[in-house]
Amino acid sequence: MIGTRRVAALLAAGSMALLACGSQQANNSPTKTDPGITSNQILLGGIFPASGTASAYYSIPKGMTAYFDYVNKEKGGVNGRQIKFDVLDDAYSPANTPAKARQLAEEDKVFLDFGQLGTPTNLAVRDYWNSQQIPQLFVSTGSDHWGKDYSQYPWTLGWQLNYGSEARMYAAYILQNEPNDKIGILYQNDDYGTDYVNGLKAGLGGKADSMIVGTATYNAGDPTNMSSQVAKLKATGADTFYVVTTPAYAASAVVNAITSGWKPKFYMNAVANPTSVWKQVSTQLGGSSSAMDGMISAVYLKDPLDTTKWGSDAGVQLFKTIMQKYGGDLASPPCDATGADGFCVFGMAVAYTMVDVLKKAGSNLTRKNVMDIAAKGLKETDNPLTLPGITIQTTATDHFPIAQGQLEKWNKDHWEPFGSIISGRGA
Amino acid sequence: MRRDYLNWAIGVVGVALLLVVPNVTDQFQTFMFAQVAAYAVAVVGLNILTGYSGQISLGNGAFMAIGSYTTALLTARAGWPVYLTIPVGGLLAGLVGLLVGIPALRLRGIYLALATFALALSVTPVLNNYDKFTGGHLGVGFKAVTPPFDIPLSNEQWLYFLGWIVFFLLFVPAWLLLRGRTGRAWMAVRDSETAAAANGIGLAYYKTLAFGISALYAGVAGSLLVIDFAYVNPDSYNLNLSLQLLVAMVIGGLANIWGPLFGALLVVWLPYVAEKAVNSKPDLAFGALLIVVVFLAPNGIAGLLRRGLLTLRGRRQEASQTTGALEATPAEADQIAT
Amino acid sequence: MDLLLAGFSFTALIQQIVSGAGAGAVYATLALALVLIYRAMDVANFAQGEMAMFSTYIAYALVGGDFGLVGAKLGFNGVHLGVAGAFWIGSIVAVVASFGLGILIERVLIRPFEGAPLLTLVIVTLGLFSMVNGLAGFNWGYVFKTFCCPFPQSAVNVGGVSFNYTDLGIIGVTMIILAAMALFFRYTKLGLAMRAASLYPESSRLVGVRTSWMLALGWGLSAAVGAVSGILVAPVVFLDPNMMQSVLLFAFAAAVLGGIESPLGAVVGALLIGILLAVVGTYVPGGENLRTPFALLIIVVVLLVRPAGLLGRPETRRV
Repeated sequence: MIGTRRVAALLAAGSMALLACGSQQANNSPTKTDPGITSNQILLGGIFPASGTASAYYSIPKGMTAYFDYVNKEKGGVNGRQIKFDVLDDAYSPANTPAKARQLAEEDKVFLDFGQLGTPTNLAVRDYWNSQQIPQLFVSTGSDHWGKDYSQYPWTLGWQLNYGSEARMYAAYILQNEPNDKIGILYQNDDYGTDYVNGLKAGLGGKADSMIVGTATYNAGDPTNMSSQVAKLKATGADTFYVVTTPAYAASAVVNAITSGWKPKFYMNAVANPTSVWKQVSTQLGGSSSAMDGMISAVYLKDPLDTTKWGSDAGVQLFKTIMQKYGGDLASPPCDATGADGFCVFGMAVAYTMVDVLKKAGSNLTRKNVMDIAAKGLKETDNPLTLPGITIQTTATDHFPIAQGQLEKWNKDHWEPFGSIISGRGA
Repeated sequence: MRRDYLNWAIGVVGVALLLVVPNVTDQFQTFMFAQVAAYAVAVVGLNILTGYSGQISLGNGAFMAIGSYTTALLTARAGWPVYLTIPVGGLLAGLVGLLVGIPALRLRGIYLALATFALALSVTPVLNNYDKFTGGHLGVGFKAVTPPFDIPLSNEQWLYFLGWIVFFLLFVPAWLLLRGRTGRAWMAVRDSETAAAANGIGLAYYKTLAFGISALYAGVAGSLLVIDFAYVNPDSYNLNLSLQLLVAMVIGGLANIWGPLFGALLVVWLPYVAEKAVNSKPDLAFGALLIVVVFLAPNGIAGLLRRGLLTLRGRRQEASQTTGALEATPAEADQIAT
Repeated sequence: MDLLLAGFSFTALIQQIVSGAGAGAVYATLALALVLIYRAMDVANFAQGEMAMFSTYIAYALVGGDFGLVGAKLGFNGVHLGVAGAFWIGSIVAVVASFGLGILIERVLIRPFEGAPLLTLVIVTLGLFSMVNGLAGFNWGYVFKTFCCPFPQSAVNVGGVSFNYTDLGIIGVTMIILAAMALFFRYTKLGLAMRAASLYPESSRLVGVRTSWMLALGWGLSAAVGAVSGILVAPVVFLDPNMMQSVLLFAFAAAVLGGIESPLGAVVGALLIGILLAVVGTYVPGGENLRTPFALLIIVVVLLVRPAGLLGRPETRRV
C-alpha cells in the first residue's frame, strides 16, 4: 500500500509540473483558454441515450452535430476554431452517467458538457460538473430545477421552455376562455409529470381544486396501453383532458379517449407534440380523427413540416439545407430534412445558441466566461428556429433561457399557432 | 494441492495488478475500476446464490438498492460517517434477503426466476412512490468522499482502493465458506436436493442462508456504488441492473470463485468497448460482442483461462475435465436453470 | 344500471375489467411465443419481444414501402404492395418470413451453444435482444410509425361499457392460435415429434426424430407467433423499436404464472395480469403508482400456493 501511495504521489507531483507548464504556455498566448480549447479547435462533450428505451432523443445530438458541421465547413468555425462534439451514451440510466461524465472530463478533456439529456441523468452528475467547475450547459430537459437551483449550482443551466412555465400558459388560457372546464389529468409519475401538474395548479390558483376532477398516472416503462387510465378519467365526468406524457403514451391516451367515445378537449404537453406523432395518430384513427381537432399545445420552435406557414422562412430553409448536407454525419438514420423528427429541429436550435455564446466569448474562452455569458448575459433574438418574437434571455436574476411560447391548435394534419407570444415566467 | 497453488498464484498476480492499475490509468479509468470492485462484490453474492446453491435470481439489483439507499439516506439525512453505512447497508439487505429466501423455498427454476424478477421490477416504482422518505425521482445526493488522513490520492483513486479493500474483505470469507462445509452443502443441494436431504443436509437452512448472504453482498455492493456516485436515484435500480449481474456471473464463470472478477470487469468495460467500436449504435456492437464472448467461453472466462493455464502446463488430461471442487460442470450448471 | 355506492360505479368496474382484459390480450399473444420456445429448449427467450418488433417492421415495410436506411441505400424504398388487402398480404408474408428467420437464428446463433449451460443461452438471447433492437433503430430510427389496423379503430357500447374492437380482435386471434397450437401438438406427426424431442431427446433420436431440427422448428414457430403478436399489438403500442419491451415483461410473468409450458395457462395468466393491473391501479388506495408491484406481489402469492403455475403440471425432474 505504502509503495503504491508513493508512486501515486510521485505521479501526482509529475502531472502537477506538467500542468504548470501547460498553464504557462496558455499565459503566453493572447487567448485565455481552459482545457478543451486549442488554437484550432473547441471540444464539446455531450451525454445522450444512443441505446435503450430513450433512444429517440438521440436525434438531438444529430441535429446539433449537423449544425456544428455547417458552422465548421461553411463559416470557418468560431473565430477560426472548429467545433468538435464528442457524444457518449448513458442509455438514460443515472447509474451510467457518472462514469460518462468523467470520461468526457478526464479522458476526452472536453471544454464543457453541452445539451446533456434527461432529468435524473443530469442530476446524477450535477455535483460532479459543479465541483470540477465545468459548465453543464443548456441541458436538454425542461425541469424547473436548473433555473431554480442556479444559486446553488452556478455551473448548470437549462435552455428549453421549462415544464412549469408551459403549464401556466395552459392555465391562463383555460381561466380566460373556458373557466367552467372539468379537467382530468394523466401524468407520468415522476418529476417531469409533477412539474406540469403543479404548474397547472399554480396557474389555476384558487379554482384548481374545483376544476380538476380527476387524475391518473403511469410509471415510465409501463406498457404503453392507457385504456385503464382513460376509462378512469372518463368516469369522473371530465370534459377536458390534460395529457402530460411522452409521445407513445400520449398517442395511446388520445386514441383510447376517442375510440371509447369520450371525446374531451385535449391539452397536449409539448414533450409529446411533434407533428409527425399526431399525423400518425390521425391516420390510425381515420374518420374519427376529427375529434382531435382543436387539441391545444404550446410551441416555441418553428415546425418545418408546416410548409404553408414556414415554407419560405429563412430559418427553416437553413435547417433544411443543413440537414440535407450534414444531417447524416453522426448516425443513421440521418436527420430528416423535412423536419419530421422534431428532435433534430430542437438540436439545431440549441446548437445555434451554443455557437452564439462561444462567439460572444471571443478570445476569452474560459469556462467561467462562457458560463457567465450563458447564465447571466444571454439575449438572443435571432435564433433561426425559435418563433419570431421569442427572446432567449438570461439576466443576473433570471436563469430560464426560454420562458415564452405560443399556444397552438391541431387542425386536421398540422398545428396552427394562435394568439400572441405569452410569457410563462412565474413563481 | 496443485489447485491451491494455482489459486494462490492467481491471487498474488491479481493483488499486484490491483496495486498497479490506479497508477497507470487516468481518473476516469480509475473510477471505472472502482465500479468493477462494487460489481464484483455483487456478483460474488449472486454466484453464491445461483452458481453454488442453484437458486436463480433476477432480482439481486433490488438488494443492491437497499444498500444504496441505506448509505445515501444515513449519510445525507442522519449525518453518519459514510464508511459506517457500508456494513449497515449490507446487513439490512442481508436481513431482507433472508426474509425473501423463506418463501422462495417453495419455488424453483423459472418460477423462482419470476418471483425475483418481480422484486427487480418493483424497486423503482416503490422508491419513487415513497418520496418523502427516499427523495423520490430527484434522488438523494451527498458530499462526495475524499481520501482520509490527507493520503495523497485523488478522489477517484481513493474510491478505487476503498472498493477493492471492501472486495477483499468480502472475498476471503466467501472463499473460505465455499471451500468448507457450507460450500459443499450448497453444491450438494444444487446438484440434487433429494440426495442432499438424504445425507442430512438441511435444505431450508442452506437455501435461505444462501439468499441472506447473497443479499448481504449485493447490499454492500450497492453501498459502494453510491459512494462512488455520491448520488442515488430510483431509476438506476431497474431490471437491467439485475440482468447485468446475471450476465457478469455467467460470462465470468458460473460457480467459479474467480468468475465474478472477470464478469464484473466485462460488464463495466464491454459497453465502453462497444461504444468505441460503434459510437452511435453501441447496443448493436454490445449485443454482438456479448455473443462472441459467450461463444469463445461458453463456460465462462474463468473456466477458459483455467483451461488455458492447465493446457500450457501440459496437463491436458486435467484440462479436459476442467471441473474442480469450486466449479460446476455444464451438466451441473443445467440443474440451475431447470 | 349504475350501482352507486359512495362514488363506486359498477359500470366503471366492469369497464376496468374489460379494458384490463384487452391490455392482457396483448401480453397473451407474446406469452404464447415464449411458451413455444420454452417447450422446445427450457429457456426463456429475452429476445422474443424484439424479434416480434422486427417482424412487425417487416410487415410495415412490405405494406408501406418504407424499408428504412437499407431501402434508401439500395433504392427500393417506395416499392410496396399496392393492392387491396395489402395489410393482410404483407402481414402474412411477414409471418412466414419470421418463421424462416426464427429457424435461421436457431441455426446460426443457438446451435453453436448446444451443450453449453442453459444460463449461457439466456445470455445469448440477451445479446440478441440488444442486436435486434439496435438494428431496427439503425434502420428505421425511433420516430414511431403507425402500422394499422387489422381491426376498426372504434368501440361498441354495451350497457355503458365500451368494448374496443382492437381488443376483441386480439382476443379472437389469440384463441385461434391457442386452438391451432393444441391441434398441432396433439394431432400432427410433426407436433408429436417436437414434443417428444424436447421431453425425451435420447429416445426420440433412437426412433429417428431429428431432434436438432425440432428445436429449429420450435424457434421458427415461436418467431411466427411473435410476428402475429407484434402486428396485432402495433396499433395499441405504436410501432417503434422499443414497443415490445414492457409487453415482454408482462408476457413473461403471464407465461410463468400460467405454468410456463401450458399455452392455455399463458393466456389465462395474461388476461389475469391485465385485469389485475387495471383494477389495482384504479381501486386500491395508493395503488395507482404501485400497480406493477401490487400485481406482481399477487402473482407471487399465487405461485407460492401453486408453485408450478396455474395450469402447469407439478414438477417432474428430468435427469
